[in-house]
Order: sequence, then C-alpha cells, then structure tokens
Amino acid sequence: MKLSDTIQFASGSLRGSPTRTLLMILAMSIGVAAVVVLTALGEGARHYVVNQFASLGTNLVIVLPGRSETAGLGPGMLIGQIPREITLDDAEALLRSPTVKRIAPLTVGSASLSHNALNRDVVVLGSTAELLPVRHMAIGLGQFLPAGDIHQSSSVCVLGKKLKQALFGNDNAVGAWVRLGDRRFRVIGVMATQGESMGFNTDEIIIVPVAAAHQLFNTSGLFRVLIEAKSRDVIEQAKREAETILFQRHAGEKDVTVITQDAVLATFDRILTALTMAVGGIAAISLAVAGVLIMNVMLIAVAQRVKEIGLLKALGAPPKQIRALFFAEAALLSSIGSVAGLALGFAGSLVIGQIYPTLPVSPPWWAVIAACGTAFSTGILFSVWPARRAAKLDPVAALAGR
Amino acid sequence: MISLKQVSRSFQVGDQQVAALRDINLTLSAGEYVSIMGPSGSGKSTLLNMLGLLDRPSSGIYLLDGVDTTTLNDEQQARVRREKIGFVFQSFHLVPRLTAAQNIELPMILANIPVEQRQLRVAELIANYGLSDRADHRPDQLSGGQRQRVAIARATVMHPAVLLADEPTGNLDQTTGKEVMSLLEQLTEQGVTLIMVTHDPKLGQRARRQIQMVDGKIVAEPAI
Repeated sequence: MKLSDTIQFASGSLRGSPTRTLLMILAMSIGVAAVVVLTALGEGARHYVVNQFASLGTNLVIVLPGRSETAGLGPGMLIGQIPREITLDDAEALLRSPTVKRIAPLTVGSASLSHNALNRDVVVLGSTAELLPVRHMAIGLGQFLPAGDIHQSSSVCVLGKKLKQALFGNDNAVGAWVRLGDRRFRVIGVMATQGESMGFNTDEIIIVPVAAAHQLFNTSGLFRVLIEAKSRDVIEQAKREAETILFQRHAGEKDVTVITQDAVLATFDRILTALTMAVGGIAAISLAVAGVLIMNVMLIAVAQRVKEIGLLKALGAPPKQIRALFFAEAALLSSIGSVAGLALGFAGSLVIGQIYPTLPVSPPWWAVIAACGTAFSTGILFSVWPARRAAKLDPVAALAGR
Repeated sequence: MISLKQVSRSFQVGDQQVAALRDINLTLSAGEYVSIMGPSGSGKSTLLNMLGLLDRPSSGIYLLDGVDTTTLNDEQQARVRREKIGFVFQSFHLVPRLTAAQNIELPMILANIPVEQRQLRVAELIANYGLSDRADHRPDQLSGGQRQRVAIARATVMHPAVLLADEPTGNLDQTTGKEVMSLLEQLTEQGVTLIMVTHDPKLGQRARRQIQMVDGKIVAEPAI
C-alpha cells in the first residue's frame, strides 16, 4: 500500500466519525496553544526586562574600584595597602581611549538636605553634565549640571521629582537655595520622573557636581565611572582599554573591576529564558494528556472498527499495514491539531498583546517547533498500543465482530 | 492445487478442547466448483476460513499451489490472501464510508497497484457487474443484490485463483440469490476455483462436487 493511499484511507476513516475527530483535534490544539501562549508570555517578560535594562544606557561599560576576583598576592598587599581609589583624573584619563564616547563619574553619599524648616536625609549623587546622556535621564524643569571642568565645584544642584515635591510642594524650586550638609546649593533644575532603576530611586536623590560632592564628603575616590562606548562593536575593546589605562595609572596594579552592561544583561537573559522554558515544559504536560486521550479514543476506534479490520486482513493487509493505517490516523490528527493549536496560540498571543501593549508578546521559534514536535510524537507514541492491538486481532473473530 | 492432509482444528472453550475439524483430507484441483454443506456447528465455516488462511490448523498440512501454508508467517499469508484468494461473505462486509467503486478498489490499494491500472480494472468490473449507475453510491444506498455484486467484484478484482463464498445468498431473496449464484458460476467457467459453504441443499446441489460435513468430519462425497 502506497503512503498516499494510506493517508487517504486514514483521512477517510477520520472523516467517517467527525465528532470523535474534532474532539481529538481540539484536545491536541489546546495543548499546542498552551505551549505557544505561555512561552510567548515568558518571552514577552524577558524582552520587557531586557528592554528596561537597556534603557539605563546604551553601550555602557562600568568601572568599579577594587577587584572582584582573587589574583594571587600582589606586592601592595604585603605592606598592607588597600586598593587604590579611582580619582577624577583617572576618570578623565579614560577619555583618551578612542572607543570611549563619554564618561560620567559617580560619587554617592548621604547628607541632610534642608530648605526653610523642612529637613530630610537624602542620597547625594555627585556627577557631571555627561550623566544625563549616558544614563538616558531627562530633566523636567530648569537645567542639568553645567558642562565644564570636572574639578570645578560649583554650588548648584538638581533635585529629583519627589524630593522637590517634598521640600517645595507646588512652589517653584528652580533658583531657590537649599542647604546640603554644611554647604549651600542653588537649585538649577528638577529631574523628570524616572522611577526606580539599578537600585536607585532617581526621583528621591539630589545631584551635585562631582567635585562638590567630594568636598562635601571629604573624599577623592569615585563610586563608579560610567563609560559610554562609541558603538556596540567596540564595547569589549572599550572595556580592555579602560582596564589598561587604569592599570598604567595605578602603577601596574589591577585594582579596578570593569564590567559591561552586556554581561549583566546576558545573565538576566539566561534566567528569564530558563523561566520561559520551565513554563513551556509545564504546558507540554497538557500535550501528554492529549496524547493519552488520543490513545483512549483510538482504542475505542479499534473496538468499533473490528469488522473493518477483519475485512482488511481477509483482503490481504499484513499486520504492518494495519498498524500503518492507525499510525497515519494519529499522525493526521496530531498535525491538524498542531496547526489548529498554532493558529489558536498565535491568536491568543495577539489578544494578550492588545490587552498589555507594554509586554512584547511573541512566541519564540523554538517553542513553536517543540510544541508541534511534542504533539506529533505523543500522537504517534500513544497510537502504538491501539495500532498493535488492531494488528493482532484474529481475522475470523474480527469478521464476526467479536 | 489445494491439498489438505490430516488437518485438525480445535478451540479452547473454557477448560475444554472442542474439535471443530477432525482429520480432514481434501484435494481440489483448479477450476473446481465445490459446495460444502452440513448442519450448523459441523465445521464448514472453520474449513472455509482454513482454506482462506484466516485460520491456522492445529495440526496437519495445507498445501496451496504446492506451498505448505502452515509454515508461512503472517506477512506471507497476507500476501497469499491478497494475490490468490477472494472472499464473498454472507453479510457482504463492505466498508460503509467508501463508495461501491472504492470498495472494489480496496484490494488493489492494499496490493500497491498503480492508480491508472486500478481505475481501469474498477471501471471494467463495474461495467461487467451492471453497477455503472451505482459506482458512486455508498453501501447503505444499495440493494442487497447490488451489495453482493460489489462484494463479488471486490473478491475478483485481483484475479484470484480461489473464490471462497460463505453463504453468499444467505441475506438475499430468492431472485437476487439466483442472480448472484449465476454470477459466481460464470466465474468458475473462467477457471476460478469456487468453494461455497451453504446449508441450503438446493443451492449446494448446483455444485459439480458436493461435500457433506458433520461434527468436523467429511462424511460423504458423492462421486461426480
């Protein structure tokens, strides 16, 4: 019997009992659709987080003081030296690299901020004018820190949105003087609302020039240096060059850590991909359930079609052929179910995308392939027993309908 | 071409062995027209199933065209059934969802015959059996006589050497029964070996050779 004839015969017997066929296709397609929709949601969540993370800045390389790895015993350690801090000059030196577009040094501390009778402890961020483009921040009112010499400690500050509300209410803050620690600063701008990111709620901070912050806290070391590389391709190069520059400036000692935003992103990416796969796996269980249903209905079909099987045997169909017919039926059911499930799943993803426009919902290609593959193989797998049972029927008894 | 030697068949019913056939010795040559008669339970259907390779003897040897069929496996037996044996059943056994033409075509599909050849042969048989205006009807739209004609067409579509008929007129009225019988008898004139099981003596006596069975044994075989 040719393959095309086998498929034609199988599809004929499927059409012969439409209700049974429809129910099995429905079960199969719900399973496939569940896999597609759930993985689409997982992928959507992953894209959402990655996008959020990417919005912190583009092509970022971050320099931290200190080593995060163990690297043997350096000569400095023998005489009890602590790692050198990163100074403003170190930060400026980073600009020598041709791969660096701009840098934003960061100093963090806390001080008490007061205006009139209102007083509160705030997180103080010392930086430069470059922070605004590097971190993709936006100014709401007035202006950001003025550009110019990085060592210039002008007494100006920019307030976070919430902080401004707390101190000034609805009054105009720009131009007013506030006291921060033991110095007076003039407010020159208010940030637009940003929300929390990377552990900072930028709505509740005060930003001052980095030199002013150093004076305020009486330090000379930087908390971070944010480097924006010229393009995505040179991120790794920028990282290496930043390491080399600081290595030379620190008298040959590797006492800074340079990480790339990409590396951090990749970690998030891995975690969320694993989550998506787990959710998809759970959905695949419903496919196994559909497989059991197919087996159950196939067994009933064998019982109902005993006479037909007997006839096929009398007409000279070998056991192999009978099995092939039942396999073909299962394969047809599974593939039609898969296609219907895919349609259902993609439609479902589309609807979810409409309801939550911020979530970029789209089923990943591997989940689509896995769902169809699982549907197909469970269909075939669970038809093995019914097909064998049909093939083993005694022709005389089968013809008599027993 | 058919030769049964000491063939027995027994079934396990409960904890008892029931013998359906006892030491059957039978030789049939090509083109013979044989009727097997006897009361129900005499083993005539079992004998027919045995001849059609639907059943295996418990002991004895069945030679078909010189081949000992008892040594063949399922696959090989199916091949012999496909190529050499045609069945005509009392209850027709047509596939209800297939049309008359498709039912006739079925053995050729199983035998892997090319589509063009299949269509030619089906068209030929449909014309020969007067089913031209019924080719696209399903079995439930056909009369009993038409159904049995479709079944005979199906049984002969592969040009079998042996035609096995189990009460072929059992579900038909007198007139259509006669029509069907004459169809079958025409086939014997073309060299087909026809073996027919019946309990109707009138029908059995039309055969050139008649076999009487009682209790799984051939009791009488009147000389021709």
